[in-house]
Amino acid sequence: MSSASSLGATSRRAAARTPSALRESSLVSGTLIVLALGFLLLFLFLPLIAVFVEAFRRGFAAYFEAITEPDALAAMRLTLLIAAIAVPLNVVLGVAGAWAVARFEFRGKSVLVSLIDLPFSVSPVIAGLVYVLLFGAQGYFGPWLRANGVEIIFAVPGIVLATMFVTFPFVARELIPHMETLGSTDEEAALTLGASPWRTFFMVTLPNVKWSLLYGVLLCNARAMGEFGAVAVVSGRIRGVTTTMPLHVEILYNEYMGAAAFAVASLLALLALVTLAAKALLEWRYAEEIAATRHTS
Amino acid sequence: MSEARPFRWREPSILPGFGLAFGVLAAGLSVLILIPLAALVLKAASAGPADIVAIATAPRTIAALRLSFGAAFVAALVNAVFGLLIAWVLVRYRFPGRRFVDAAVDLPFALPTAVAGIALTALWAGNGWLGSLAASFGVKVAYTPLGVMIALIFVGLPFVVRSVQPVLADAQRDVEEASALLGATRWRTVFCVILPNVLPALLTGFTLAFARAIGEYGSVIFIAGNVPMVSEIAPLLIVIRLEQFDYAGAAVVGVLMLAASLVLLLLINALQAWSRRRLGYV
Repeated sequence: MSSASSLGATSRRAAARTPSALRESSLVSGTLIVLALGFLLLFLFLPLIAVFVEAFRRGFAAYFEAITEPDALAAMRLTLLIAAIAVPLNVVLGVAGAWAVARFEFRGKSVLVSLIDLPFSVSPVIAGLVYVLLFGAQGYFGPWLRANGVEIIFAVPGIVLATMFVTFPFVARELIPHMETLGSTDEEAALTLGASPWRTFFMVTLPNVKWSLLYGVLLCNARAMGEFGAVAVVSGRIRGVTTTMPLHVEILYNEYMGAAAFAVASLLALLALVTLAAKALLEWRYAEEIAATRHTS
Repeated sequence: MSEARPFRWREPSILPGFGLAFGVLAAGLSVLILIPLAALVLKAASAGPADIVAIATAPRTIAALRLSFGAAFVAALVNAVFGLLIAWVLVRYRFPGRRFVDAAVDLPFALPTAVAGIALTALWAGNGWLGSLAASFGVKVAYTPLGVMIALIFVGLPFVVRSVQPVLADAQRDVEEASALLGATRWRTVFCVILPNVLPALLTGFTLAFARAIGEYGSVIFIAGNVPMVSEIAPLLIVIRLEQFDYAGAAVVGVLMLAASLVLLLLINALQAWSRRRLGYV
């Protein structure tokens, strides 16, 4: 952030006299800015704008109808339900993982950290495939599940599992670097003063990491609500029953109901924009607390 | 060093809760990730060596893998160039709306892939804003491998920017001043002093974008056209095999992709370790 002010006022004046030595000429820097912004316009902003333009192509009435028809509402309810189950479970797993990894030294720790990160480098389609192989009709547990009347694939539990797979790393990988930076002196002080372990955790650890935890939850939730590939494999696309919002968008789009597909998609785009705004706000306000976690989220 | 020390699984600590935290994490990892991935490998192996080779070397499998890896590689290269440029502009220059642009770079992380997929298709289809422009130059983008690349550029961009940005921001300006005082031109300083410093982070970002792009599904399938042997990506081939109830076929392609992911994950870890050794941070 301090890049522009790291030179003293005098040397900055000197630099201005010899522009080629310490900085690019304004022609070069201007060209680079235009190139960078042009690329972003082409690949980032135009797609986003296109979502909203296409959504309102048939007018407000059609837009409103598309997002209030029963299948769309059922898709929204399912998406909220999936996020409401998957995100809290992943918060528990992520906090437990961060406590084990950031507070203790043990053998095989680096392997464990790599395993936590693994879902990020696995194709979402594989995340769905593995559960079909386990719980599908011809899967390893399929016959037993059918005999006992338990539905996982083409039902809500399968969608929750696939969503949890792809969002597993978010919370832990925000918390681990932050907790490692903080060190354990606060917790040790609390324990020494006689606080119980749980009290130490809830009154010392959690308040210390609340912003990076929120940051992780935000990213986890955005991905959970927007996940497509993994959910598409396990859902079976039963209308109004196992179609989440992204799947509903796909179905409408493939049925050549473009305006309706983009109307529902615009809600997901809004969710993304809100997520980005909240993320930017957290980063600006609590920059130091989450600085360590920012690098390759 | 450790001659007198007995083998210890974990260093002693006064902090409580290791057993509980580790237990919860291990249970979650096993149920969600390890056992399911083991099932994938087991299913693929159950096909038998002859069938595995037949599936893995089928022309359609090879075409799909080649497209997924090739398009991902080109997209990651484009992202490396423009991601570096964007990171440079965001860190070094001041212009109106810079913070807004900085926040917007994460859009591909936040925007659901299906939404990105249909939006890119609408843009690049023959009658779309950009598609009609490209068509006037005789270039067809949507429903071709070029369209696959466009989608993969979209999903990979933030990885490069976010890997390079902190390194550029923390770079030592006095080194640049020294270079300038020793008589180097600005171009020489940029290419011989600044860029070598950024290289590990750039490679990390490239690899992350590449790894993500190989497995990408949602943003690609709408714009790809999905013509077998031409614009059919490997993850889609898995879905098609599943829909045909060819579980073994799906699992073999899945294991091939999983193996590639693991190799890339190791590479990313090695790159980050290199970056840490050289610069003290990732």
